[in-house]
Amino acid sequence: MTKKKNRNVGIIGIGMTEISSHKENQNQPEMINEAVRAAIADAGITLSDIDCVVHGNMELFEMIHQPDLWHMIGTGALGKPGFRITTGGTTGMTLVAAADNLVASGMYDVVMAIGFNKLQEAGSTTGGITNMADPLWYRHLQTGALTSTSANLSIEEFGEARARKAAMKHRIMMDKHASLNERAHRRFGLEYDQMEDLMKNSPPLIGELRLIHMCSQSDGACVMILASEKKAKKICKKPVWIRDHIAVHREETASNAYFPILSETSQRVAARKLFTRNGIDNPVEYFDVFEMYDPSAWWGIEWLRDFFLLEGDEAIKMVEEGDWDLDGKVPVNPSGGVTASNPISATAMLKPAEVALQMRGDAGRHQLKREVRHGLASGFGGVMWTELMILEKDLNW
Amino acid sequence: MNACRRHENTQDCFVVPGKMALPNQYFAGRVGSRFIISLRDSTKILGVKCPKCKSVYVPPLEYCEKDMTKIDENWVELGNEGVLTNYTVVNYRDAHLPRKAPYILGMIKLDGAEAPFIHIVAGIEPENAAIGMRVKAVFSEKTTNTILDIDHFAPVEG
Ligand SMILES: [Zn+2]
Repeated sequence: MTKKKNRNVGIIGIGMTEISSHKENQNQPEMINEAVRAAIADAGITLSDIDCVVHGNMELFEMIHQPDLWHMIGTGALGKPGFRITTGGTTGMTLVAAADNLVASGMYDVVMAIGFNKLQEAGSTTGGITNMADPLWYRHLQTGALTSTSANLSIEEFGEARARKAAMKHRIMMDKHASLNERAHRRFGLEYDQMEDLMKNSPPLIGELRLIHMCSQSDGACVMILASEKKAKKICKKPVWIRDHIAVHREETASNAYFPILSETSQRVAARKLFTRNGIDNPVEYFDVFEMYDPSAWWGIEWLRDFFLLEGDEAIKMVEEGDWDLDGKVPVNPSGGVTASNPISATAMLKPAEVALQMRGDAGRHQLKREVRHGLASGFGGVMWTELMILEKDLNW
Repeated sequence: MNACRRHENTQDCFVVPGKMALPNQYFAGRVGSRFIISLRDSTKILGVKCPKCKSVYVPPLEYCEKDMTKIDENWVELGNEGVLTNYTVVNYRDAHLPRKAPYILGMIKLDGAEAPFIHIVAGIEPENAAIGMRVKAVFSEKTTNTILDIDHFAPVEG
């Protein structure tokens, strides 16, 4: 039975590089090529089986125009249709969403999505973002992605002690997950008894946002190959199905005229719409894993509430009780999340990739003990852009 | 004459000036670095040859883009001479350009390579350049650890 409007789409190949800050040994197309080769090998196909290639990064950070063309020597896109997608922080998941749409539409049977960034080559990612803001209204006024708004809101709502503790617990939990993930960039080996010390001594960035809370700047590439149901079943022993996805963004500063309707975060709007149209009443019960694009530990604890449509202190209580842990109610970021690894335009692709690997049982040392049947993955980027994707192990929803 | 001229009133309409300063760097990679080191230290232009499809790549690649074969150890020394397969004349001056206009940018197919690569052709007036002429690499006195460690290509005498 066809679940999508036209036809179902499965993930048949996943490839990723190790994520690190020391990739001086590879230039951009070489790093991409490593992930392309891994994905093709994972799918057990050859380049000639791929019908279309979509490629994406935030080219402002690598400072190379039309990178999809310059990178042809690494992408394997020679002679194939393809195009470039660049949607800021969400690029990685927008690529997967586009590949899904391209296959579901019937346009192509097999599409390869490539997301990467080499942030060590960027002089200043924040400088780039702020330099490119609207010159008239916002270039002089905006601060990029570094903000303590989320920390301030949590502290205001839950009190300083409880909020700071929850954010740090989330951060240490992420590090513990990352420590099991051989591909993760930052693995500090943090322990929960270091919470007090880190809350006090980690260098402050802005307000209560400290260096330890914040995502890394990483180099890395991720590649996913998607195929139509028919092809996926033929090629792949364990295809993972893309059930549905949604993109929600809110141009907070664009016009005050919108203000009255912006009472909800884009995370909550995305979750509510996506779960409603898929008949998922209780996301905490339903999902076996959630890979979240958490740019900081503060955003992490704030958005868990929104993504799972929780109220009040329900999400923070779940942090306190370890419900998001690897053996908790809903394991969050077995990969270690974005505070561990952040090659931006690969980051949001690493989320569904990790969910798919967990479903296949191929995650490695951080493989969850439970069976993963229903997965959720999120992406995040500028203008509070949220991508949310449901993945399924079985075609039976 | 002015039939197409538009007549918007632009009085009191600001133009916001901008100037971006975005320092960045590029990792040449192990393979690209070896190519540059060979230019710098041995004045030799290297390529890599795919043992599977026999393609010779210059600049070099880690993996063959056609069949994904690992080729980064399969270095071949190309001639420092080759044939000018096409060229253009740069006729405008700009701060970012490496030479004063007019100068020649040529496609040079080195001996032993299967496809041309781009570089400056000098030592000849633009009007005397011709497709098919033989040119040779002239290496820079001072290294910049870039492709400009070849200063230019000059016509081969005789
Ligand atoms: Zn080859």
